[in-house]
Amino acid sequence: MSHHDQAAAERAPQDIAELPKDLVARFDAGIPAILARYPSDHQEAAMLPALRLAQEIFGWLPPAAQKLAADRIGAPAIRADEVATFYVMYHTRPVGRHVVEVCTNVSCSLTGGFDIYEHLKKRLGVENGGTTADGRITLRQVECLGSCATAPAMLVDEEMHERLTVEAVDRILGGLK
Amino acid sequence: MSDTLILTRRWAKKDPSLAGYRADGGYRSLDKALGMKPEDIVEQVKVSNLRGRGGAGFPTGIKWTFLPKDVRPRYLCVNADESEPGTCKDRYVCEFDPHMLLEGIAITCYALDIHRAYIYIRGEFAKQARALDAALAEARAAGILGEKLAGRDFPLEVHVARGAGAYICGEESALMESVEGKKGYPRFKPPFPAIVGLWGKPTIINNVETLANVPWIIEHGGAAYAALGTGKSGGTRLFCVSGNVKRPGIYEKPVHYNLKKLILEDCGGTPSGLPVKAVIPGGSSSPVLTGAEIDVSMEIDALKAAGSMSGSGGVIVMDESVCMVRALSRISMFYAEESCGQCTPCRQGTPWMEKIIEKIEHGDGTVADVDLLEQLPNNIMGQTICALGDAAAMPVQSFVKKFKKEFLDHVERRGCPQGEKAWGVARQTREALIGGVSQ
Repeated sequence: MSHHDQAAAERAPQDIAELPKDLVARFDAGIPAILARYPSDHQEAAMLPALRLAQEIFGWLPPAAQKLAADRIGAPAIRADEVATFYVMYHTRPVGRHVVEVCTNVSCSLTGGFDIYEHLKKRLGVENGGTTADGRITLRQVECLGSCATAPAMLVDEEMHERLTVEAVDRILGGLK
Repeated sequence: MSDTLILTRRWAKKDPSLAGYRADGGYRSLDKALGMKPEDIVEQVKVSNLRGRGGAGFPTGIKWTFLPKDVRPRYLCVNADESEPGTCKDRYVCEFDPHMLLEGIAITCYALDIHRAYIYIRGEFAKQARALDAALAEARAAGILGEKLAGRDFPLEVHVARGAGAYICGEESALMESVEGKKGYPRFKPPFPAIVGLWGKPTIINNVETLANVPWIIEHGGAAYAALGTGKSGGTRLFCVSGNVKRPGIYEKPVHYNLKKLILEDCGGTPSGLPVKAVIPGGSSSPVLTGAEIDVSMEIDALKAAGSMSGSGGVIVMDESVCMVRALSRISMFYAEESCGQCTPCRQGTPWMEKIIEKIEHGDGTVADVDLLEQLPNNIMGQTICALGDAAAMPVQSFVKKFKKEFLDHVERRGCPQGEKAWGVARQTREALIGGVSQ
């Protein structure tokens, strides 16, 4: 964990009351549409989309945000922790303003994905999971993104970029503020 | 061999809208189906010899008959998790022709008396989830889905459920756990999902590509679909070709199309001009074939007879310059990362295999390690709740068996003979043909 991550983790809000009121209100405004997708006797099924919404609003999932998601769908807080730590797209540690995720699985590496990952580590000066000192970018090596025929691929803030070259990657990085 | 196109026939139009789909005859199969007896729809799907396109290849119509007669509600889960390395087809169905999938879902739900369906799509497919949500909104606004099914007194709710990054959630029982809002731990089977599924109720789980075939089957009849294929496998399927080929892409071909022809003719062979060394024919869990073994039909039973499996249709091609130890090392890293941790043989066995392969790769391996690698998968195969253990074991067994000399060479030379070139000489991005559309 870099100093940046560590400092942010230490400031992590633990209880719902510590979260900014306006952000909680934004979360609460988004919840009814999510709950409507599930039968009235199975509202706790909304855990995945509730955590996704919380992450979109709070940037990552500190304990307080997990508790908020669980509370609003009527599930125990431990269930939020269980889910948030199981799925790789949930950030239970602070991340940079942008998250860059590169696939290095076979189809991508056969077309240069591994080279791109090595290039990114060097260029950003971070290892897998690390965040640049300015808090701009978190880099992650990820598993197959389902872009094998249009490899190599990476996600930038959950949007797919395909048929990458080192030059294309540099251009994309340049656009991240 | 027929060149009929079913799933990709509208992709070149780049028009996923309801209006575009209707202009090409879309949703007429739903109208036809609503005039049929539900059991006759099931019968047509049985006759069609449609087999699951997600990997297991189970006959779809037969799966549908496993639902107990008098238990309600029943649910449908549509598997759009598509996470098996080498597989990238369902995403294009969702993106380029989502209404074909929705029509398949509607017909299936009507045939099986299901009033609620979830399309479970992997979290990384944000664009495809948006495409499905847009198509669902159009279908609801047009009265095709919702309170009434195309004007009939048959309510049908269909929702998108997004995953959040977990290969295991493509396994059908883990998928249901995830729809229920839990971590994706596979369930014991039996009971099978058709008996005890989502929220404990009878549930049918079908892959995206599987269901997208249903409208064509209803329009043309099960026999016509069966006639496109061979033996017990009907229709066409989407083959995803990636790796060392000149034209990677998604190719819709009859289910029994020849693998060598696909690679050398349709995809133009290797960009390096070097011979094909190895082919993974059905996603990274399927046993690898050597270049000498690829003159084979890709039909499910034919590939099984050839010692591999057609799986999810993900064909990964490697030329002579690729190091097999490097390739297996990366595959094993994947399964170690994605093991959910529930069963000991898989949780402990997958990282163990990964470590041994890495050791050999980096020149620290011994002959005894290669022997161990041959034996170890036997202690995982068949010893776990779900098929992930088998999926991790099969590539290890097949790579070591078929390319043993390369593993021993790494031991003898204390490292990779190819050094920096372990991923081969042809590492560059290439234009893809996605259902005939250049990308």
